[in-house]
Amino acid sequence: MTTQHRRRATWGLAGLLAVASGAAFAQGAVAPEYRWLTFAVFAAIIGVTMYVTYLAAKRVKSASDFYTAGGGVTGLQNGWAIAGDYLSAASFLGIAGLISQYGYDGFMYSVGWLVAYITVLLLIAEPCRNIGKYTLPDILAYRNNPKAMRIVGALSVITVSTFYLTAQMVGGGVLVKTLIGIDYEYSVIAVGVLMLSYVLFGGMVATTWVQIIKAILLVAASLILVMLVWTPYGFSLPGFLGDVVADPKVQARVAALIGDPAKNMSAAELGQRFLEPGLYFKNPIDQISLGMALVFGTAGLPHILMRFFTVPTAQQARKSVVWAMAIIGGFYVLTLFLGFGAAKHVGPQAIAAVDAGGNMAGPLLAQYLGGGPESFLGNFMLAFVSAVAFATIVAVVAGLVLAAASAIAHDLYVGVYHGGDVVPPQQQVRAARIATVIVGAMAITIGIAAKGQNVAHLVALAFAVAASANFPCVLLTLYWKKCSTGGIVLGMIVGTLTAVFLTLVSPNVTYPKAVREAAQKVFDGEAAKRGAIEAALASGDAVAIAKANTELAALDKAVKKAKDDVAKVAGKETSLLGLEKPLFTLKNPGIISIPLGFLAVLLGSLLFPDRRSLAMWPEVYARQNTGILVSKAASH
Amino acid sequence: MANAPDIDWNAVIADPRFQALHRRKQGFLTGLMIFSVVFYFLLPIGAAYFQDLFKTKVWGVVNFGLLFALGQFVVAWLVAFYYSRRAGAEFDQAAAEIAASYEKKGRG
Repeated sequence: MTTQHRRRATWGLAGLLAVASGAAFAQGAVAPEYRWLTFAVFAAIIGVTMYVTYLAAKRVKSASDFYTAGGGVTGLQNGWAIAGDYLSAASFLGIAGLISQYGYDGFMYSVGWLVAYITVLLLIAEPCRNIGKYTLPDILAYRNNPKAMRIVGALSVITVSTFYLTAQMVGGGVLVKTLIGIDYEYSVIAVGVLMLSYVLFGGMVATTWVQIIKAILLVAASLILVMLVWTPYGFSLPGFLGDVVADPKVQARVAALIGDPAKNMSAAELGQRFLEPGLYFKNPIDQISLGMALVFGTAGLPHILMRFFTVPTAQQARKSVVWAMAIIGGFYVLTLFLGFGAAKHVGPQAIAAVDAGGNMAGPLLAQYLGGGPESFLGNFMLAFVSAVAFATIVAVVAGLVLAAASAIAHDLYVGVYHGGDVVPPQQQVRAARIATVIVGAMAITIGIAAKGQNVAHLVALAFAVAASANFPCVLLTLYWKKCSTGGIVLGMIVGTLTAVFLTLVSPNVTYPKAVREAAQKVFDGEAAKRGAIEAALASGDAVAIAKANTELAALDKAVKKAKDDVAKVAGKETSLLGLEKPLFTLKNPGIISIPLGFLAVLLGSLLFPDRRSLAMWPEVYARQNTGILVSKAASH
Repeated sequence: MANAPDIDWNAVIADPRFQALHRRKQGFLTGLMIFSVVFYFLLPIGAAYFQDLFKTKVWGVVNFGLLFALGQFVVAWLVAFYYSRRAGAEFDQAAAEIAASYEKKGRG
C-alpha cells in the first residue's frame, strides 16, 4: 500500500465516521441508551476488516490480484467466502422471519437456496475454473466471438448485479433503520462508503476476507442462539416443536391466517397447522417457477461465478462448493430453530409489529434470550446481531460491486474498447478502481432514489434473469459442440427480456385499479365491522371486550393502509406498462423464461453457426474436462 | 493462460483415455443431476398435492413434510459428498494423466 493509498483509506474512514456521527436518529429496535453497544460491536468488526483491507491492499498489484485475489484462495477459504457472499440479509433475517410468520412454508422456501449449489457443483464450478479467467464473459468469449460475448455478457452481468444490488441497498437501508434507527439515507451511504473502501483498496483479497469474517460471525451468532433455544429441550426436535405448537401466540397467528375454517378447529389443531404446508405459498406452479429460478439461477450469478476464479484449480473449486454447501445448508437448518424459536418466545404478532415482513425475528429472539429488552445482556445480543446484519449487507454488496465493476473494466474497457490488446497491469488496476467507484456511486444513488419502493421481487428477478440468460449460455457453451456466437447473443437477449417483461406484466407491479378495488372492499366492510365491535365492547364480557379491542386495532390499521395505498396510486389508471390487470398471473417468470432462454441458444446456434465457435470446441472440450495447462498457469 | 498452440486439441479429444473419462463422467453427472432436480421438486409438488401425506405425524408433532424438507438437506449433502469422492478418486487421476502427457508432448 503506497502512502497515497493509505492517505485515501484514512479519508474514506474519516468520511464514514462523519456520516455516522452526523446521522439523524429515529426509533430503532435497539434502544437509544444501548445504541453505543451496536456501534462498539460494529466498530470492532470494521476495525478488523479494515486492518485486513490494509494488509490486502499491499498485495493488489495486478488485475488478477484485484479481480480474483491472484487465484491464491484455498478451497476452504473460498467455501466460507461463497457462504458470506450468498447469505444476504434476505436469507439471514428474511427466512427466519418467514418461518416465524408462516411456519413450515418458510422452511420449505430455504431448501431451494441450498439445492442450487448442486447445479453449481456438478455442472459449472470446475469447467469454469478450467477455462475462465476473471469474469462470466471470459467463459463465453473463449470459443465464441470475443467482442460480441464481452458486450452481451457484460450487459447481462450489469443487469443481474444491478437488480440484486438495488434490492440489497434498499433492503439494507430499511434494515439498518429498523434495527439501529439511523436515517434511511445515511444507512445507504454508510453501507456504500464502507463497501467502497474494502473493494477499492483491497480488491478481491479484502472482499474475500470480509465475506469470510462475516460468514463466521453469522454462523457463530446463529449457533449460540440455537443452543440457547434448544438446550432446554435436551436437543429433542419433537420436544421443541411440541412446545412451539402449544403456544397460544402461534395458535392465534394460525387462526388469523386461515380465517373462517379456524372456528371449527381445536387449539392443538391450530398449532399443528403451523407445521403444515400452505400458510404462505398459495400457488404451487408459482412456487415451482421460483424453485427453477433458484436451482438454475445461482449457477448464473456473476458474483458467485467470479468466486471460482479465486481458487487455483478445479479440485479447489469443487472443494469450495462442498464447503459452501455444508455452511449454507447448516445455516438454514439453524434458521429453522431461530424462526420457530422466535415464534414461540417473541410471538409472530410482536415480530410483525416491529417489521411487517418479519425481518426482526432473529434480532428480537436474540434480545429475548439475553434476558429481554430491559437487560444488558439482552441488549448486547440484539446489538451484536444487528452489527452482524450490517456486516452481512456490506459483504454481499461488496461482492456484487466487484462483479459489476469487473464487467465494465475488464470486459468493456480492456476487452472491447482496447480490443483485447495488451493493456499494462497498472492501467488495468486503475480502470478496475475507477469502475468500482462508478458502480459504488450508482449503488448509493439508486439506493436513495428507490426509497420506499417495494424491491423484494428484484432478488427473484435477478435469479430469474441469471437462470434464463446466463445459465443456458454458460452451460451450452461448455457442453454443446454446436453452440455458437449467434446462439449466445440470442439466448442472452431472449432470456433477459422475457424474464424482465413477464415480471413487468406480473402481479409484482402495482395495478392502480386493482388497488382501488381492494381498498374499496375494506371501506365497504368497515361500517358493519365497526358495528359488531361496538356491540361486543358494550356487552360487558371481559373476553369479548379484549377480543374486540384487538379487532378494532386491526381494522384501523387495515383502513389506514387502504387509504395510504389509494393515495399512492392517485391519478394513475394503469400499471407501468399501461395494463389494468396482470397479463401473466405468476409472480415468478422462470417456468416460461428458462425454457425460452435454452430454446433461443439452441435455435440461434443452429441458424447462425460460426467457424470460431466450432474451431475452438476441441480446446474448450479438452480443457474443461482435464484442466490442461491450468495448474501451470496458476503456478506462475 | 494464453492460448497454447503447441497442444493438438483434436488429438486430446480423440484420445481413447479422454473419451473414456468423458463418457464415464457425463453419465455419472447427468444421472446425479436429474436425480437431484427431480428429488427437489418433489418437495413443492408434495406440499401442494399430497398434503395428507405431508401432514401425517410420525415423531411427536413432527410430520412427514417436515422430515422430508430436512431430508432435502441431507440428500443435497450426500450428493455433494458422493460426487466429490468419486471425482477425487477417479476423474481427477484420469484427467491429470491426460493433461500431463499432452503438456509434456506440447513442450517437447
